[in-house]
Amino acid sequence: MSVLVFTENWDGKFKKMSFELVSYASKIAEMLNIQTVALSIGDVQEDELKKLGNYAADKIISVNNDKLKNLDNQAYTSVIAQVAEKEGAKVVIIAHNNTGKALAPRLSVKLKAGLGAGVSKLPLSLDPFTIFKKVYSGKAYSNLVIKSDIKILTLAQNSFEFEENIKSPAIESFEPALSDDLFKTTVSNVQKQTGKILLIDAEIVVSGGRGMKSGDNWSPIEELADLLGAATACSRPVSDEGWRPHEEHTGQTGKIIAPNLYIAAGISGAIQHLAGISSSKCIVAINTDKDAPIFEAADYGIIGDTAKVLPDFIQAVKEMK
Amino acid sequence: MKILICLSNVPDTTTKAKFVNDNTAFDTTGIQWIINPWDELALTRAIELKSDAANSIENITVITVGEKDAEPTMRKALAIGADDAVRIDAEPTDAYFVAAQIAEYLKSNPFDLIFNGIESADYNGSAVGGMLAEFLNIPSVSAVSAVNIENGQVKIKRDIDGGTEEVSSELPVVAIAQKGIAKEPMIAAMRGIMMARKKPLNVVAPVEIEALTGIVNFELPQPKPPCKMIEPDNVKELVNLLQNEAKVI
Repeated sequence: MSVLVFTENWDGKFKKMSFELVSYASKIAEMLNIQTVALSIGDVQEDELKKLGNYAADKIISVNNDKLKNLDNQAYTSVIAQVAEKEGAKVVIIAHNNTGKALAPRLSVKLKAGLGAGVSKLPLSLDPFTIFKKVYSGKAYSNLVIKSDIKILTLAQNSFEFEENIKSPAIESFEPALSDDLFKTTVSNVQKQTGKILLIDAEIVVSGGRGMKSGDNWSPIEELADLLGAATACSRPVSDEGWRPHEEHTGQTGKIIAPNLYIAAGISGAIQHLAGISSSKCIVAINTDKDAPIFEAADYGIIGDTAKVLPDFIQAVKEMK
Repeated sequence: MKILICLSNVPDTTTKAKFVNDNTAFDTTGIQWIINPWDELALTRAIELKSDAANSIENITVITVGEKDAEPTMRKALAIGADDAVRIDAEPTDAYFVAAQIAEYLKSNPFDLIFNGIESADYNGSAVGGMLAEFLNIPSVSAVSAVNIENGQVKIKRDIDGGTEEVSSELPVVAIAQKGIAKEPMIAAMRGIMMARKKPLNVVAPVEIEALTGIVNFELPQPKPPCKMIEPDNVKELVNLLQNEAKVI
C-alpha cells in the first residue's frame, strides 16, 4: 500500500511544487504508516529524479514514453491509474494547478476515488477521512469527508510548508500499457513563456488596479516587480479595459494566487478580488481611499497616490540592496 | 454540430458567505443566484460560434443538476441565447454525483462539443468536466481560453503551466473553459427574455448514484489583525517592515 504522488517536470527539471507535493504526500504516508511513491512522467535524468528522495519519497517510478510528450488528459489519467493499481495507492496527491485540475477529476472516476480539490493542510482525521478546504472562492472553508476507499487530493500551490527529509529511494522505470484509443487529441503550436516569472509560481506579486489611472502608467509596477523578482498582476477592471492581458487578472474569476507577498497598488479590493488573493501570506495595500476594503485584508497599508508612493517604494528597495 | 453547456447555479460573486444549522448549510437568505461566471462565458462563446452559419451549429443546450429553484438561472441562459434546457431533478451533492448524472443523460442524448466552467463559484472543485469526460470515455481539454471551428474541426487553445498550446480533438470533446474564452458575458435582450419563456426546459429524473464525498460543516475565515498603517512619505519604513518583520523580501 502506498500514497502515490504525481510530480511534474518542466524540460526535465522539477519545480518547487513537485517537492511540496512529495513532502505533503510523505506526511500522509507517515500518518497511514505506508510508503510514499512518486511518479514522474517524461524525460527526467536519474540525478533529478533522486531529488524527490530529499523530501521523503520511498520509491520513484519513472515513465518515459514518446507518446506522452504532450499532455493528453485521458492517456495521462490511464498511466496514473495503472501505477496507482500496481502500487496499491490508498491516497493520490496531485497539484492543484492547470495539469492537476485536468487530471484529478478523470482519475477520480477511473479509480472511483473521492476528490478533495485544493487542500492546503494535512487531513484532519483518517477515519473518517476528513479534509479542510476552501469553498466559495476562499470566502469560507469546509470540512469534507471522503467516503471512498481510495482518496485523491489536489494540493494548492505555495500552501504547505515542506521540509527536507532525505531518503535514498529506489528508482524504477515503468512501461504503461498505452493503447491508441487513449490518444484523441493532438497538440500543436506550443508557446512557452520564457524569461518571465509566472504569476502562479511567483513568491512576490506586484499588482495594479484602476487607481493606476491608465495602462500607460504601468512602468513603476514593472520596475518594482523586476527589482523584487516578482510577477505582475492586475484587478479585473484593468484587464476588462485592456490595459493589461487577461492572464494577469487576479481574483475570483481570474487567477487565484497565494504568494508570500502581494502588493496591491490602486486596487480598492472588491470582494471578488480579495477572494483571489486572500491566501497570500502578506498583503500590502496602497490606495488613496482610506475606506477601501483592501485595507481590511492587508497587513500593511499606505494611504496615498500610487504615482507618488510607487517611485518612493522603488527607491527604498534599491537602497535596501 | 450540437453544443452542450453544463451550468452551475451559484450565489452572485459579491455574496458574503454565511451559514446556518450549526454551520452545516449555506445561508440562502437574500441570495441572488447567477449562472456560474465561467459557464456564462462558455455559453457566450457557443452563441458566438452559432452566429456564424459556416460553423453549422444546430443547437445549444444547457444542462444542470439541481432542484426547481435552479430554473430562473436556466431561463436566464435561454434568454441569453441557448435553444433549450435540461434540468436533472436532484440536489447536486458532489461533483462525482453531478458528473455521473449528466453522463447518464448524455448516453442517450449525444452532443459533439461539451463545455464546462473551470470551476464553480461555490465548491471550487474544478471537477465536473473532467469527471464527465472520463465517465463517457471521451477526451477533455482543460484551462481552455479559446475555441474555434475550422472546417468542422474543433480547435482549442489551452493554458499549460508555463505557456499555451493549440489542441485539436476528436469529437465529442469536453472543453473546460476559463477566462478568455469569451470577452464579456452576453447580456439577455428583451426579445430574448420574452422568447425564453417559450423555449423548452425539460426536467429529467435522476439515476441512483452515491456521492463519494460529503460536507460535514463550514467555517468562516478568522478575522485578520488590523492593517498596520505607514505614512505615505515614509515608504522606507514599509520596506524595512517587509524585510525585517514580515521577512518576505
